[in-house]
Amino acid sequence: MCLGIPARIVELRDGGMAVAEVGTVRQRVSLALLEGVQVGDFVIVHVGYALTRLDAHEAARTLEVLRAAS
Amino acid sequence: MSQLAGLPLIDEFRDGVLARKLAADIAREARSDREYHFMEFCGGHTHALCRYGLMELLPRHVRMVHGPGCPVCVLPMGRLQQAIDLAMKPNVILCAYGDLMRVPGKDRQSLLSAKARGAAVKLVLGSGEALRIARENPTKEVVFFAIGFETTTPTTAVALRAARDGGMTNFSVLCNHVLTPSALSAILASDQVKVDGVVGPGHVSTIIGSAPYERFGTEHHLPIVIAGFEPIDLLASILMLVRQVNEGRHEVENQFTRAVNREGNVLAQKLVDETLMLRDSFEWRGLGAIAASALKVRPAFAAWDAEVKFSLEDQVVKDHPACACGDILRGVKRPTDCKIFATACTPDHPMGACMVSPEGSCSAYFLYGRGRQSAPQERAS
Ligand code: SF4
Repeated sequence: MCLGIPARIVELRDGGMAVAEVGTVRQRVSLALLEGVQVGDFVIVHVGYALTRLDAHEAARTLEVLRAAS
Repeated sequence: MSQLAGLPLIDEFRDGVLARKLAADIAREARSDREYHFMEFCGGHTHALCRYGLMELLPRHVRMVHGPGCPVCVLPMGRLQQAIDLAMKPNVILCAYGDLMRVPGKDRQSLLSAKARGAAVKLVLGSGEALRIARENPTKEVVFFAIGFETTTPTTAVALRAARDGGMTNFSVLCNHVLTPSALSAILASDQVKVDGVVGPGHVSTIIGSAPYERFGTEHHLPIVIAGFEPIDLLASILMLVRQVNEGRHEVENQFTRAVNREGNVLAQKLVDETLMLRDSFEWRGLGAIAASALKVRPAFAAWDAEVKFSLEDQVVKDHPACACGDILRGVKRPTDCKIFATACTPDHPMGACMVSPEGSCSAYFLYGRGRQSAPQERAS
């Protein structure tokens, strides 16, 4: 229930809706909680709503720091 | 190859080589002359720990305490019974999340058994679907059984706004939304469990931000690391907690920087504030009544508040006497401490919510085979 799933926005639809892709699965999501979403953005989807953006750049940085530290 | 292959935001956070390196770092840095008790608040974290066998990677003196962050598990049976009773009314369609359908209530009734007896119970994936059902059934009263922590609350707020803006008269919300920081405070105040640090909930924090946890550092001297849900996230967060403890720090650190910032989702917070307000007190399963720990529908939205519309009274329903869910939610017991775990209580025949919910600790232990072996933490004790 609290679980969120990382997904990529592949299509914007009317009425504040979008289509998001999780792996090969596509799902309709509401953008009511997130402004300025673009096709290609990564988001966390929860109960049919995009909750927040996932920053791919920041993700790469996190991994880089973890791999570098000894 | 995972179904999510190619998503750099998932696969790389499951990298086995990096996981072993982090585990080695934890083993090296955790001092052998003390124990570390870290509570993961969120049921999603409990499941990730079990699913990826992460607790087996930790040294024996780094122990995970499973917290109450499973929204289905903390819902008291009295509130579930309100929904079951509503569903039995002839003109009502009750819309509920799938996770709730099999949770046992009074006399082992559930929403599913109510449905079998003819109640109109519809499983929905979210509040948007409940609104659609209301539009398609104008002669029925459609009630959305809203539960969840701060992650889910804004989606209920969206539905309340949409119902008002659309002038809907046959839709209402049975609001059971609860607040993470309040539950954490209650656990820390109880002194029943020893916690040296907290793995903070990642998805909740995308909404509320990291700021609301800062008082735990100042007031309780408790280190908190907000964590993502992949194995690398959890191991990195546990390492960050070990370091805070070793260095005598008690800060809020954010491991989940790709999704969480200090402020959170301000648009979502505004929607929640416009539609919902604090309850004076709310009963939690396992934790009891906690002041200022849950939300109710604002009077301005009373026309869409099921509690007002159907004049609902609070109900008290006792848990099954053999079920240890309460102690498990407080972190006092582990699922394997329950006498009927994996015997009389299984996911097919659940006696308590912790075995039904995909975020419950009992279900995590059962699904990932921890019932058949004792956890390393327990072997050490
Ligand atoms: S195993 Fe079943 S009965 Fe025991 S605590 Fe867990 S849910 Fe309750």
